Amino acid sequence: MTQELEWLEETPSQTAGPFVHIGCIPTFAGIAGVYPEDLGKSPINDGAAGECITITGSVFDGTGWALRDAMLESWQPDAKGYFAGQVDADPKVSGFCRFAADAGTGEYSLKTIKPGAATMRTGVHAPHISLWIVARGINIGLSTRVYFEDEYNDADPLLARIEQRHRVDTLIAKKVKTGEYRFDIHLQGDNETVFLDL
Amino acid sequence: MSSNNNTENDPLIPRNRANHPVVYDPEYKTSVTRSPKLPLLSMESTLSEETGPVFGHNLIGELDNNLISNFSQGAALAIGERIRVHGRILDERNRGVANTLVEVWQANAGGRYRHDRDKYFAPLDPNFGGCGRTMTDEHGYYEFMTIRPGAYPWPNRSNDWRPMHIHFSVFGSGFGQRLITQMYFEGDPLIKLCPITGTVKNQQQLDRLIAPLDMKGSRPMDYLAYKFDIVLRGRRQTQFENKPQGS
Repeated sequence: MTQELEWLEETPSQTAGPFVHIGCIPTFAGIAGVYPEDLGKSPINDGAAGECITITGSVFDGTGWALRDAMLESWQPDAKGYFAGQVDADPKVSGFCRFAADAGTGEYSLKTIKPGAATMRTGVHAPHISLWIVARGINIGLSTRVYFEDEYNDADPLLARIEQRHRVDTLIAKKVKTGEYRFDIHLQGDNETVFLDL
Repeated sequence: MSSNNNTENDPLIPRNRANHPVVYDPEYKTSVTRSPKLPLLSMESTLSEETGPVFGHNLIGELDNNLISNFSQGAALAIGERIRVHGRILDERNRGVANTLVEVWQANAGGRYRHDRDKYFAPLDPNFGGCGRTMTDEHGYYEFMTIRPGAYPWPNRSNDWRPMHIHFSVFGSGFGQRLITQMYFEGDPLIKLCPITGTVKNQQQLDRLIAPLDMKGSRPMDYLAYKFDIVLRGRRQTQFENKPQGS
């Protein structure tokens, strides 16, 4: 016998299901008046410093079908790479946003400011936005990151960990035009997105 | 938003995926095309996972944690068996997670969600929306008043039914602690038949999703109570942390 460790184990995840919108973005789900507005409507307030950008994309299943029921959350630092709560963080940047795939087209859209590179224990991470994706059929939320093709990504400590270099592309948003980027997520298939376990 | 947690920015304890559902399960058909096939990329958490949104208690309206009356804003009560759901949000170090947002959603007493895509013919309750939220107190406690949701059939295999359940969404203090799960009710015979609960292959872990009836937490002639604790990922904390060798 030994002494006992006193750790608890994490509660198991369960799928968010097809009606996640009711709980997380009820106004989007047509349930008005319970809350004044949906949580995380925008990651920025008026006056946030930095370049305004829009990221558009879809979440595709293994057959190439865009999910109509996915909900996404994003988390990011401000234009100088500071997260809300850190000293020197831009008070106009909450950094958190919730958005959903369109029920008709399956397309999502995130309007924010481009984050700055952030200094962390593991080094300087290139500008990126963290995404968390939940939906029916996804038993535990999927984490990934959006990097930008017009930023310097070669020294990023996370991207450097990806052995198959062509898969790095799955984490890099493509510039469509000034201030507009495309970021598609593939749950399976030849272009399966790199999902994270951090 | 502001920082209110002195453990902020400590590294997260790596997630033990064996505590979670399998991602691919042919019995839960939708998971077949929506489960990644390639290994996840693992590395130590970074600020992107160790920090996260912090919400204030001022976010929460007076009726937000009362699903019986929040849809009508107090004008009328929802139909169903009145219950109080309460518990604690803890971390792996067995400490209460203070001031964190807990959101819930559920079907009405007939097993019908107030959602465009729910085509089940059980009627909507005009006084039930199905969403609620609250913040934990300084010890990690939370509570909701609601009605017990009904079981309902769903399109999967030819005759699958969801056991009675309440969906929970919890934040913690870092984005990497984010968790969505479901609470089931003690004694529901549908739990062991459901392919979604069945994605949790570890029986001990599945048991932790089943809330016991809590008679001492109930109120005579008013409501029954169920207790549901949730454990989020914890953070490593030692004096040897985050210091370069030799300093």
